[in-house]
Amino acid sequence: MVSYIIRRLLIAIPTILILIVASFFLIQYAPGGPFTSERPLPPAVLANLEARYGLDQPLWKQLWDYLTNIVLHFDFGPSFKFKDRDVNDIIAQGFPISLTYGSLAFIAATVVGVGLGVAAAIRHNSWIDYAAVSMGIGAQALPNFIMGPILILVFTLWLGWLPGGGWNGGQWQYLIMPVIALSTSYMGNIARLTRSSMLEVLNSNFIRTARAKGLPTRTVIWRHAMKPTLLPVVSYLGPVFVYVLTGSVFVDLYFSTGGLGAAYVGSALTRDYAVLLGVTILYGTLTVLVNLLTDLAYAWFDPKIRY
Amino acid sequence: MKHMSKLALATLLSSTMLTGVAIAESHVPEGVTLAEDQTFTYRQLDEFSSLDPQIVEDVDGSDVVRDLFEGLMNQDAEGNLVPGVATGYEASEDKMTYTFTLREDAKWSNGDPVTAGDFVYAWRRAADPETASPYQWFMELMSIENAAEIVAGEADPETLGVTAVDDYTLVVKLTAPLPYFPQMTTHSTTFPSPQAVIEEFGADWTKPENMVSNGAYVLEEHLPGERSVRVRNEMYWDNANTIIDRVVALVINDENVALTRYLADELDRTDIPAGQYPRLSEEYPDEAVSFPRLCNYYYTFNVSDSGPEAFKDVNVRKALALAVDRDIIAEKVMQGGQPPAYTFTPAAVAGFEPPALDWAGMDQAERDQMAKDLLAEAGYGPDNPLSFEMVYNTSDAHEKVAVALSQLWKQKLGVEATLANMEWKVFLEERGNQNFEMARGAWCGDYNEASTFLDLLDSASGYNDGKYSNERVDELLEQAKTSDDTGPLYAEVEQILYDEMPVIPIYHYAGVYMLDGDLGGWPVDNVEQNWYSKDLYKIVE
Amino acid sequence: MVFGSSQRAAAVADDFTDQIPVKGRSLLKDAQIRFVQNKAAMASVVVLALIVLFVIIGPLFAQWSNEEIDWDRMGNIAAEGAPSIANGHYFGLDELGRDLYSRVIQATRTSLLVGLIGALTALIIGTTYGLVAGYVGGRVDSAMMRFVDILLAIPLTLVIILLLVIAGRSFFMLFVSLGAVGWLTMSRIVRAQTLSLKTREFIEAARASGVSEVQIMIRHILPNLIGVVIVYASLLVPEMILTESFISFLGLGISEPYTSLGKLIAEGAGTMAYGTTWQLLYPLFFYVAIIITMFFIGDGLRDALDPKDR
Repeated sequence: MVSYIIRRLLIAIPTILILIVASFFLIQYAPGGPFTSERPLPPAVLANLEARYGLDQPLWKQLWDYLTNIVLHFDFGPSFKFKDRDVNDIIAQGFPISLTYGSLAFIAATVVGVGLGVAAAIRHNSWIDYAAVSMGIGAQALPNFIMGPILILVFTLWLGWLPGGGWNGGQWQYLIMPVIALSTSYMGNIARLTRSSMLEVLNSNFIRTARAKGLPTRTVIWRHAMKPTLLPVVSYLGPVFVYVLTGSVFVDLYFSTGGLGAAYVGSALTRDYAVLLGVTILYGTLTVLVNLLTDLAYAWFDPKIRY
Repeated sequence: MKHMSKLALATLLSSTMLTGVAIAESHVPEGVTLAEDQTFTYRQLDEFSSLDPQIVEDVDGSDVVRDLFEGLMNQDAEGNLVPGVATGYEASEDKMTYTFTLREDAKWSNGDPVTAGDFVYAWRRAADPETASPYQWFMELMSIENAAEIVAGEADPETLGVTAVDDYTLVVKLTAPLPYFPQMTTHSTTFPSPQAVIEEFGADWTKPENMVSNGAYVLEEHLPGERSVRVRNEMYWDNANTIIDRVVALVINDENVALTRYLADELDRTDIPAGQYPRLSEEYPDEAVSFPRLCNYYYTFNVSDSGPEAFKDVNVRKALALAVDRDIIAEKVMQGGQPPAYTFTPAAVAGFEPPALDWAGMDQAERDQMAKDLLAEAGYGPDNPLSFEMVYNTSDAHEKVAVALSQLWKQKLGVEATLANMEWKVFLEERGNQNFEMARGAWCGDYNEASTFLDLLDSASGYNDGKYSNERVDELLEQAKTSDDTGPLYAEVEQILYDEMPVIPIYHYAGVYMLDGDLGGWPVDNVEQNWYSKDLYKIVE
Repeated sequence: MVFGSSQRAAAVADDFTDQIPVKGRSLLKDAQIRFVQNKAAMASVVVLALIVLFVIIGPLFAQWSNEEIDWDRMGNIAAEGAPSIANGHYFGLDELGRDLYSRVIQATRTSLLVGLIGALTALIIGTTYGLVAGYVGGRVDSAMMRFVDILLAIPLTLVIILLLVIAGRSFFMLFVSLGAVGWLTMSRIVRAQTLSLKTREFIEAARASGVSEVQIMIRHILPNLIGVVIVYASLLVPEMILTESFISFLGLGISEPYTSLGKLIAEGAGTMAYGTTWQLLYPLFFYVAIIITMFFIGDGLRDALDPKDR
């Protein structure tokens, strides 16, 4: 197992390198550059700007400089759009915010989602099942671009209970709406995946056998059914975890949280190559690590899986 | 302030005596009682790109920089020039040399005096290729001696035609007698910057803990994507007359959410989403405001070689332009008091008298008839319908206008216009490379003069995306640069634009805002919307 | 721990039942019977059929096309644009004065296509990919999964912008880009299940009796994946419908005057505070109806196709 982990971590290095190189070249093919604007810059000014950010160099040189700066100085370069800030700054400012509301939303979605799913499966076709299913569907029916405005309308304008946006260092009043908006749709999906997975496991023969042997239901569920149930759920949670940790563009835009999600999508739209690459690397590293963790989790959920 | 607590009210009442003193201030009308809490909170659309006066390029950023720094001249509520750091200026006989006299009591927020040298440093810095400011061209536009050469890297920044004769006298040498030169010193690119601080902190100098500024406010806090806060600068020379203590800019991307938060009393100013002005002005007559602004909105034909054959026929262009019912676009789509456009230049531009063009005087039925005739003359009709693609960048308001236009053309002329929305940068790239048939365009004036608009249609202009070219227009625009009487020249250009119709003017912008009833002093008559927090005040409710 | 010795017998017993129904036509026939007996699933099929029917014959009753602007009512939507039988706008008007009835029909058609085809594409690619990776295992698995890691990390916005440039705007590219995003998670789920399944005794038994590897994948592993795959695919349908609105926002895919449910919902959500809630409620109703029917149909299919006899 340890050698497997080491091997995976070693593979992670070329994986991330490929990701950097691939993204680096892909970005170049997107039409428009960081300095394309409604007011086209005179050629001399454009040349000065490109020289300032090294965009006048051949591509391989740009890539080489970029990589060496990361390796030697852990410097991801200056932002092309936010000219007073560099990529390290932007990530250092936005990531903790996204991490905070993201992990809270993830925990909320997982705990409630799995709980609902299990409850529904155990009491299949009872009112609990129907209630859980309707809640799951309800959560899914309200994508976060509807949840955002609705929450602000209700809690800020009508009830006057919560501030309509901002972060304020992550005070709880400012956290509630982002967490609700972000977690609901995942909650619905997790509940449904758990429910169907649990139903399947409960119907499998080994559980029936366990029941037939007279083991108490509680024991059967917790000791035997839970792990195989969660196997497909965990595969789904992996990418969700990464996505949620790096923030949601909708949450950042609706609630002015200042998280990384808006910066990420914004950098793609403004062709801020440096920020886009920087966040992509962060995102990629997290993806690789989280996928490693889920792969390890598989082995725990099903000890027969061998690597 | 609708949910004011009793305590706050009590404090307010007891403090009226104190605030009573402030009523005597110059920009507060008599009889106004100022509120205790002088905090102004407003919505900004996006995170600004920079707070460095030489580098900032977006409107949101410029609004902040205008509070933090003060240039030679300021604008008043009508947009007229008033003294800033300079108490005044003198132009030489040939209008090629300007001498600004600086006030001696102007100070940086660290107590250092603001000198002519700070301006020289800043202006050189703006032109210097090393700074890599996206606004380098502004120095060129100002026609300062050697600016173009410096930007092109052919001359040393030291050679820029601006010198500090002494600490309080700044002399600027121009290459052309630019009539609107002093107006340009209200632009953020020309604001002074603190050399010592910049050299000490580099790009980090604009962080709140490092920044030193000379405006009425200093930066207290900056949380990107969330908010920025500026507070009164005690060192500012006119601090005694500044009333607003604290200005909070909240980044709220979604205009509907911003409006909700405004209604929840979290904001003093926000933009009104397209189509909501009539309802809001009925419900909140004292808060919803609309006033003309210095921007136009148009669709341009691609008349270059890559454009469709049909658009090379002036009758087709004219027919399409005539069939646009501008009242519908202005009154039923935008609904925010936008003036319908029959000229390229907005009527709000100072010194611009829109010429009496034929179509402005017709009614829509006459225009429609004329459009039908022209299109038939061009050979298009039911058996040979005109069809083309119109591109615009993704946005609710642009989409509404585009849909309305295509429907107007379809119903009146039987023209098939296909709509194509594009992501912003893709759109710019396609439009800039003449890779379109008809494209949306809009322009906001850099300064308050017609040439900032009409120069777009100069054949040499880098912004002339439709590649319209007319020698007479180029000639007239060249003359206007140095003329004392530009009125007839611009009128002739507009007449030619009507005759040849290279672009379809649709409407001119309006500033459509919700302004809290307790906010005073908002410069609705400043068409450029260069506003200064120091001129605002909060009234007790 | 889970599969202790007491479960061994159970697992072996499992093999028997697992293998028996996987025999040619009887599986499909059984599945059909089971599906028809599932009331919720059948009701959902009926509802979905009604939606499809509505999309097909609904336009016959429309008095306005999906692009025509009602010039008289335009500009005063909150007061005059409410749903009304009398003026022919059964679902009211959108912000610009276009008939929401026609627009919702057209949007539902688009979104159904996008949701179903997008999910189907993701399902086919993701299942094949995950099945192969998981079953073959070893280096192949590792390489295939690292490739997925990379694709998962490349920003979606960038990919879509590039697709737009390379291929231009078309309905086909929209499906390609939707499928391109959807299959990644699917492949990871399928791979994990495959890893778990391939260690089961019944696979060993099949292999021992000389069944070819491809046969084992198709006949023995695939049927056991169906439960999870179908449920996840039914989750993908709403996701695809919403992703489409983001893709259209970037300028790839559907352009005015055509629209989609995601786009209508987003527009309606933006203006819901302004007294025009019908602009949100009608598209949302159809969207939710699609999600609910997908849920029960997915559930029913899973039950019906599950090789483990109930």
